[in-house]
Amino acid sequence: MAHLNGSSDGNFRVIGTRPIRHDGVEKVTGQALYGADYSMPGMLYGKVLRSPHAHAKIKSIRIDKALKHPGVHAVITGADFPEVKGVMAQVGELVVNTHYLSLNVMARDKVLYDGHPVAAVAATSKHIAEEALELIEVDYELLPPVMTAEEAMKPDAPILLPELRSRFIAHRTDPGSPEGPDRPTNVAAHIQFQRGDLEAGFKSADFIVEREYRTATVHQGYIEPQNALAIYNPDGHITIYCSTQGSFNVRTLTASILGLSEGMIRVVPAEIGGGFGGKTTVYLEPLAVLLSKKSGRPVKLTMTRSEVLRATGPTSGTKIRVKLGATRQGKITAAEVWMAYEAGAFPGSPFAPGAMTTLGPYHIENLKIDSFDVVVNRPKVAAYRAPGSPASAFACETALDEVAEKCGIDPLELRLRNASHEGTPQPAGPPFKKIGYIETVEAIKNSDHYRSELIGKNRGRGVASGFWFNGGLQSSATVNVHTDGTISVVTGSVDIGGTRAAMAMIAAEVLGLNVTDVRPIVTDTDAIGHTDVTGGSRIALATGLAVYDAAHDALRQLKQRAAKLWEKQPEEVQFKNGVFTASGENAAPLTLKELASRLARTGGPVTGRATVNAGAVGAVGNAFATVCVDVEVDPETGKVQILRATIAQDAGRAIHPSYVEGQMQGGLAQGLGWALSEEYVYDERGVLRNTSLLDYRMPTCLDLPPIETIVVEVPNPSHPLGVRGVGEVSIVPPMAAVANAIYRAVGVRMRELPMSPPRLLKELMRKQGTSVEQQAAAAD
Amino acid sequence: MAKKVVVEANINGEPIEFLCEPRQSLLEVLRDVLELTGSKEGCLTGDCGACTVIVNGRPLCSCLMLGVEAQGKTIQTVEGLAAPDRLHVLQQKFLEHASLQCGICTPGFLMSAKALLDRNPKPTEAEIRYALAGNLCRCTGYDKIVRAVADAAQTLASGQQPAGHLGSGPSATEQTERFLQEQEVK
Ligand code: FES
Ligand code: FES
Repeated sequence: MAHLNGSSDGNFRVIGTRPIRHDGVEKVTGQALYGADYSMPGMLYGKVLRSPHAHAKIKSIRIDKALKHPGVHAVITGADFPEVKGVMAQVGELVVNTHYLSLNVMARDKVLYDGHPVAAVAATSKHIAEEALELIEVDYELLPPVMTAEEAMKPDAPILLPELRSRFIAHRTDPGSPEGPDRPTNVAAHIQFQRGDLEAGFKSADFIVEREYRTATVHQGYIEPQNALAIYNPDGHITIYCSTQGSFNVRTLTASILGLSEGMIRVVPAEIGGGFGGKTTVYLEPLAVLLSKKSGRPVKLTMTRSEVLRATGPTSGTKIRVKLGATRQGKITAAEVWMAYEAGAFPGSPFAPGAMTTLGPYHIENLKIDSFDVVVNRPKVAAYRAPGSPASAFACETALDEVAEKCGIDPLELRLRNASHEGTPQPAGPPFKKIGYIETVEAIKNSDHYRSELIGKNRGRGVASGFWFNGGLQSSATVNVHTDGTISVVTGSVDIGGTRAAMAMIAAEVLGLNVTDVRPIVTDTDAIGHTDVTGGSRIALATGLAVYDAAHDALRQLKQRAAKLWEKQPEEVQFKNGVFTASGENAAPLTLKELASRLARTGGPVTGRATVNAGAVGAVGNAFATVCVDVEVDPETGKVQILRATIAQDAGRAIHPSYVEGQMQGGLAQGLGWALSEEYVYDERGVLRNTSLLDYRMPTCLDLPPIETIVVEVPNPSHPLGVRGVGEVSIVPPMAAVANAIYRAVGVRMRELPMSPPRLLKELMRKQGTSVEQQAAAAD
Repeated sequence: MAKKVVVEANINGEPIEFLCEPRQSLLEVLRDVLELTGSKEGCLTGDCGACTVIVNGRPLCSCLMLGVEAQGKTIQTVEGLAAPDRLHVLQQKFLEHASLQCGICTPGFLMSAKALLDRNPKPTEAEIRYALAGNLCRCTGYDKIVRAVADAAQTLASGQQPAGHLGSGPSATEQTERFLQEQEVK
């Protein structure tokens, strides 16, 4: 393992350049195979029957008519699944209980949300499978739906999971202990972080801002629906092709749901059409395996868009209360935050990461954060880009804007006066190492955008910041040296946004190669060591670290081979700019190419290998971003147009700046959708009403301006290249930035997401109403 | 279930005959019958544009058209965009500008952009955004896509070939265009 002795000096040859990605040509010519593009000889098509009810008992399911339908080869229901004991499994940044996961992929005696699977069919065509679904008869006994955390937390609320008891978690690594009386509840867990003396902190404040916020359930919105193709061999071996962020996760979770050994399952990750955390778990894979086993044929399932919206992990809706105490000079003296995250039908919302990131950008001595994981009759949430942090940042960063206003200081200045830096305790306790938060605020402060004047009626500018801790986790990498001196870099990290290029660049940097001499490959679960999900902003960081180490391992062996040729000691061999040298006689310099052609004679091929647990070696770097947006509000309709948007983010080190910018722009764009238009709309029966992309409204390119990016590089001291990870934090600040901009534009504080035209219009009318009354009063 | 129908169409410059059920969409025919999986499925309701193809010169969501409606039509898909040894300038610019992250939306964007540049070789930024508004991308925030299309338009207008991937033979798209012109002449 190479030394983790702080970042290198930044004199890079390849890192920081913008080569064309290696998998690019396949992707622009339509040749790249995404999950749904695979097919197999004799393949059947699967379809899933889903509950039309939010909360109901399943009294009976009759499948005989469906089985007799011509072309149908297999039907499965909950009865085909084994009982699974609950084991906690890490899924992305979230932890899930495999018992509940099993109930989520196929309901047993109860359905818990509109879209919950109750049966699945395999047939010779999609259309026949769809016809067969209509022949399955399910008898339901309806139960009252519980749709929000607020309702679910009431003492007399209907109970979703009778065996559920609440856990209290007192610190970051606390497994939790029972909380409250031993009786059924919808509150799965409560985490609490506390420091300082809250009462004294609020006493020393000149004023207090106390507000309540709500955020709607929103979906990751990847363009590619979930898919899975399974082949069950008569000897019990299983191959699964699917679009997933974590092929090893799919293997572990499918094995545990089906009661199989992991070794029996090989998962081949297809190209993936977006995930944002939503493809870190399983939905279709166990169903495809069972259908293949029953039918003896390969079975492919793909979801429709409405299935994606109804039944795959969105992220939590929340209710949040924030209380901030501050001095007139803008020093935050105390903060108290209470948050309830809707988990969907089973426990596992991002309530803990939410708590761990709340107010992370600020050094607040007296702090109390309470966060709750609450089950409701909605689809079980999955990770979504910096899970938990965006909702709490929306609340806290708009409350902070009110503090800045009360103090009469610039909102960026308020942030600088309270900014976290090296040594500041994180919300969860441990101190930050070197971080670049202040640098992101300064970058916005000095940006063209912030310094420009915003003129015009109903226009306003808002800023906000965000924190995400980033993931570490495990990765493996292999570097194969070919006989012509080119190399391949093999990892198990699914490439969701250009990480193949980053891996190739790191290896090229270490081995003095051109990036075009490196072929980066993503392989399946049998061909590489365990690798955790592509998530947690961890690929450039952790898999990058594995590639860096594997390239160094190859280099060490290559030096030995050169030494052997020259009859010298390996320590005598130098390597610089792609050339091996040694002093003294019989040591004519060798390029990597020349040396590679002589490997057969010096002991055989060279393969560098490395595995890492980046969390365990403390290489994880924390990420911060600050965003500035200008808006124009149409006072007639309440519609908000984004005029200009700039994001500054600390990448630590940008390996491929174009893809770093891309992550910043993409996260910001998702945040703008979250801010203005995206939300799940349920009717009173708990049925989702907007199940298409027409009605679940994500930003189009007409809704967005060009997105300006400022890549800040404060190297992560714990990573050899200074990398921090860039995938997630960009989604944290936008919602509050937009809310703050709307306030500056039209004078109303929006405390509920999305800030859609009807909501904003209501607030505008309320404001006018008040002023009309005031005018009337003044006239008297 | 109605019987399968024989349909004749010109796809990427080649006359093709296929069998399809009346209920199959053109997208399903392209992907499942003809194994042209470059056109992607994101919604099947005309809302995402991932399935965009060019039919008789106009960009269309292939999920909203039936396979049988392809009878006698000329269809261009992403598979026909590049020559064997040369990318289309739009493809090249998408790569240079890092306009794709996951890439699932890319075929649809390329076809919409191609249709735009065919009818308006010098689009403004607003025109580009308008022409691409039917294509959703969740990864990029569109910024780098819009830049790539603008750059491609400029490169085409200046008569330069994009750097790299130089080649000689006509692409399938160009063949299709010639075919269309010939049809018109007739
Ligand atoms: S699949 Fe045709 S528009 Fe989405
Ligand atoms: S690049 Fe992923 S949807 Fe556009």
